[in-house]
Amino acid sequence: MGIMYKNNYKENDFPIIEKYAGGSIILTQLDAIVNWSRSNSIWPLTFGTRCCAMEMMAAGASRHDFARFGFEVARATPRQADLIIIAGSINYKMAPVLKRLYDQIAEPKYVIAMGACAVSGGPFFYNSYAIMKGADHVIPVDVYIPGCPPRPEALLYGFIQLQKKIRREKNFKSAKLVDVKPVINQK
Amino acid sequence: MTNEELYNYLVQNFPGAEVAQGKQYVEMTVAPEKLVETAKKLKETESLSFDYLFCLTGVDYPENMGVIYHIESTSFRHAVVMKVKTANRTEPVLDTVMDVWQTAKYHEREVYDLLGVTFNNHNDLRRLFLEDGWGFPLRKDYVDEVRIIER
Repeated sequence: MGIMYKNNYKENDFPIIEKYAGGSIILTQLDAIVNWSRSNSIWPLTFGTRCCAMEMMAAGASRHDFARFGFEVARATPRQADLIIIAGSINYKMAPVLKRLYDQIAEPKYVIAMGACAVSGGPFFYNSYAIMKGADHVIPVDVYIPGCPPRPEALLYGFIQLQKKIRREKNFKSAKLVDVKPVINQK
Repeated sequence: MTNEELYNYLVQNFPGAEVAQGKQYVEMTVAPEKLVETAKKLKETESLSFDYLFCLTGVDYPENMGVIYHIESTSFRHAVVMKVKTANRTEPVLDTVMDVWQTAKYHEREVYDLLGVTFNNHNDLRRLFLEDGWGFPLRKDYVDEVRIIER
């Protein structure tokens, strides 16, 4: 696992290279606010197909609670959800359904592939005619959580990684500063 | 009836079938032409009254295909196994027992879907799980270039 102690938290972040010398302060702060609010209230569409759904339910229950991270309301309809947690293996028969659900979610949307089956086909990678070898053959995945099934704490770690990924996003294109050339610091 | 009594009874009353004992259930191998007749007789005889089919499985043998029926009596609580083999593998055909035990309707659809055994007189023989263009995956010689990664 990545984070063991609290003072390692910053090291695990993806390095961000400033695009313009000094950065564009207002838009960065606006980015920060929007990303903070988005990451703290992602509503998942729970797509539990197999055994990983049990661990997802355990993560939502009282002992490990994902509601304290903002994933409060698990919506049953994709129209009101932001995140689709693929908990379980995807059949070849289920794939068009998954694609349709993903298309119905409004932007910004994120995908977590939970469990070995959704990541790569898992135990059914060899010699199986029915299970797709990974959910990312159908939809683009943001966070992969290995495990068979992953413990609820592993799912929470995946959620936190997704939150950090959202906080790195750049939403506003600063079109007015295009003519400023990037300055590369020579060390 | 115990297995001993069942064995003796079946040997006497079903002359064409080969009955074997020694395992958990008494096993009876019947010829495919006599399948429905034997099934009806097993169900309707008062002392046997096998009215509950609890498992119908298809089997893929090297030379042909077979179906194994596990039947039980709800009144006497004894169970027996009935085995049938088809003539060949290229055109595996059997008679349906859905008129005797209605649960066989869905089980035979599954056997048709996954192994390719067609059942005569079945009024709704279509695939249960897979789509129409799929082959018969549970056969030993099933090859699928696209979906299966061999190991």
